Amino acid sequence: MKTNQPNHAVETVAAPHVGVVHVHEELPFWRRYIFSTDHKVIGLQYGFTALLFLLFGYIMMMMMRWQLAYPDTEFPKYYFVLPIAAIGAIIILMSGIKPSINTLIGILLLGLAALINYIASGEERMPDGIMLPEFYNQLGAMHGTIMVFLGIVPLAVGAFGNYVLPLQIGAPDMAFPKINMASYWAYFVGGVIMLVSFFVPGGAANSGWTSYPPLADIATTGQTLWLFGMVFLITSSLLGSINFIVTVLQLRAKGLTFFRLPFFVWAQFVTAFLLLLAFPPLEAAAVLQLMDRLAGTSFYLPSGLIVSGQVLPNTGGGSPLLWQHLFWFLAHPEVYVLILPGMGIVAEVIANNARKPLWGYKSMVYSLIFLGFMSFIVWAHHMFLTGMGTAISAFFQTTTMIISIPSVIILSCLFISLYGGSIRFNSPMLFALGFLPMFGIGGLTGLPLGLATSDIHLHDTYYVIGHFHYVVAPGTIFALFAGIYYWFPKVTGRTLNETLGKIHFWGSFVCMNFIFFPMLIQGLAGVSRRLSDGGQQYSHAQGVFQLNEVMSVAAWVMAIFQIFFIINLFISIKKGKKASENHWEATTLEWAAAPTPPIAHGNFGIVPEVHRGPYEYSLPGNAKDYSPQNELVKE
Amino acid sequence: MEIPYVVTARPETGIFNAKAGIWLFLASEVMLFGALFTTYILLRIGAPTWPHGELDVALATVNTAVLITSSITMVMAWASCLTKDFKKFRLYLGLTILLGATFMVIKYFEYSHHFHIGDIPSKNTFYAIYFTLTGLHGLHVLGGMIVNSYFWGPGSKMWKSEPVRFTNRIEVAGLYWHFVDLVWIFLFPTLYLL
Repeated sequence: MKTNQPNHAVETVAAPHVGVVHVHEELPFWRRYIFSTDHKVIGLQYGFTALLFLLFGYIMMMMMRWQLAYPDTEFPKYYFVLPIAAIGAIIILMSGIKPSINTLIGILLLGLAALINYIASGEERMPDGIMLPEFYNQLGAMHGTIMVFLGIVPLAVGAFGNYVLPLQIGAPDMAFPKINMASYWAYFVGGVIMLVSFFVPGGAANSGWTSYPPLADIATTGQTLWLFGMVFLITSSLLGSINFIVTVLQLRAKGLTFFRLPFFVWAQFVTAFLLLLAFPPLEAAAVLQLMDRLAGTSFYLPSGLIVSGQVLPNTGGGSPLLWQHLFWFLAHPEVYVLILPGMGIVAEVIANNARKPLWGYKSMVYSLIFLGFMSFIVWAHHMFLTGMGTAISAFFQTTTMIISIPSVIILSCLFISLYGGSIRFNSPMLFALGFLPMFGIGGLTGLPLGLATSDIHLHDTYYVIGHFHYVVAPGTIFALFAGIYYWFPKVTGRTLNETLGKIHFWGSFVCMNFIFFPMLIQGLAGVSRRLSDGGQQYSHAQGVFQLNEVMSVAAWVMAIFQIFFIINLFISIKKGKKASENHWEATTLEWAAAPTPPIAHGNFGIVPEVHRGPYEYSLPGNAKDYSPQNELVKE
Repeated sequence: MEIPYVVTARPETGIFNAKAGIWLFLASEVMLFGALFTTYILLRIGAPTWPHGELDVALATVNTAVLITSSITMVMAWASCLTKDFKKFRLYLGLTILLGATFMVIKYFEYSHHFHIGDIPSKNTFYAIYFTLTGLHGLHVLGGMIVNSYFWGPGSKMWKSEPVRFTNRIEVAGLYWHFVDLVWIFLFPTLYLL
């Protein structure tokens, strides 16, 4: 179809469905849903796995919050285990006799309940339901690891990137479908290894998600499994990121130039470069730590290290700082891996629901590229207290201040994009709007941490925890929810319930602030992070200690609001209101050219051709307020 | 649905998909070995003394020659694909695999000698980084040999059905093989000579 008529959308729907049934029946069940090479199925696999890991990470956090609010009292584990088991059972029952994806997820939820039941008992973890400090450390380390590497990044990049990106650029699939499948399964194996580590002697990794040596070098077996798990996760993200970059470079539809790419695609593109180049040094670091742990080398062990009154047998000669440099060389770009896809989603949702083009699209793209580049030279601002010297500190605090500029530009552009729009306040838009001030707080509270002088007071306090959770939890996770509400109609052909969505948003929005704002206050008072009793031993913590209970209650109440989301998700998959072809009246290709829900293999009935920029909303003189990218420009 | 630019190059970028992919993969490999070379520099600067002359330079020189030769035969294998001479392709790729194996055998003798006299990774940081770097490089050589063996054996069926695509595959495998060679060219002076 060379000339795109206004009735183009109707035609593209009619044509592809013929081809679907044919391809669909060729593949057996396990090739279609388990070892699928289709980017949409892989995206959903990533999505559901990541959501389960997010839930697990959340429950671990709620267990820790019990210990912080009520130190050394019995943990009422059935309040946590039974609701999850009940939701799992209901999902299984709802899905009927015929096994489906819902049944599988129900079973996985029952498994999760059993896992929580297991780890919340046992003499070596929680004798008589009272949490041992050693187990608190395991929960802390694994909460961070699971949330970052198994929850948010796989959801933001693996799920949204895989599902949406090829559709938005008019590609039939990712450039390397088999490598895409390998990427998911490497992630899956990495996740299983992380879970298995709870069952080995000494439990899971307990040296923090940062795994600083020398502590991590001499920690229990769980740390070795953590390292092996990380190697698989790094492999997964390597395979994924190569795929994303090549897909964007090679498979864009005709006419889709780089400055016509939706901002979401740009965000994923830059993120993929960060993953590609920042993760290998962590892999190197993990190999060295494995050598230290398994072959008795001393990469991270200084000479004459004394542990529990005894000199370690290792020869020494290594440096614990080496790990910190290699780790943060990954982990600072990783921070941007966490936030950039979120910004991409929010940009899509805001442009669509403000019915206006993004304000300053080009400056947003340039900021994004600059942000990606700068993120490689700010890592040592995590290390101001290591005594690496004032000259190096001065360099890294300067680059850190510089990197805040492009973030502010992007956020400002998003705010200005709202000005003068006729905004639709639907659930995806609420989450996207919630993202803006929350990410703003997260970003601004980061500035005192980036300055070497003020960081001396704030380092390793709850202020740090408050800061990065504001970025990631009500920031990125809100953006991810916005994405789920926004693209759900695309995936299923049905919509999520608006009322439940709004309850979910407002509940989460209020609770988030009750959880994370008190952390900033505690941190300013000097309360250290990673204390298993929340600081009740310290005199300087006494004035702010009672905030622990506020935060914990808010965390548990927020869990109740997430149940609204889970129910909404599973009911709407089967019984939600039918969505129209272009449900949000959007301009980007995934809505404008591909049928809803997309066809099994091939995505587009007719290869789309792009004639416009990504956000041509409310063009003067047009009858409708949106002009899809594949619509011809009238002379 | 066919994925475009698997065989032919996209006009704007001038390359086919797998070539873009392998260059990106090699970029990540540069970061991996870069981090390890950085570790080497850091450990050596921090060390009061650094061992000299404990490694067998003669064997390593032979190995350097072996790997460089294998890079040449790899190019010849690709060139034979371009001139549509399948027999020569098999010969040259076979030689590449054999040279890779020769490298590994020589490396095995070096390793076993060190283990025999007690030069194990935990002896000092020099041996720690030596075994880590050469071990990881050895794994890369092994990986390349496995891929090349596949193209020499069962994978070569594609020559009959899709010769251009097969030639592309050999080119991509070659790029990887040259990279592995290049890493050794950096490793040799760093570990054996300096």
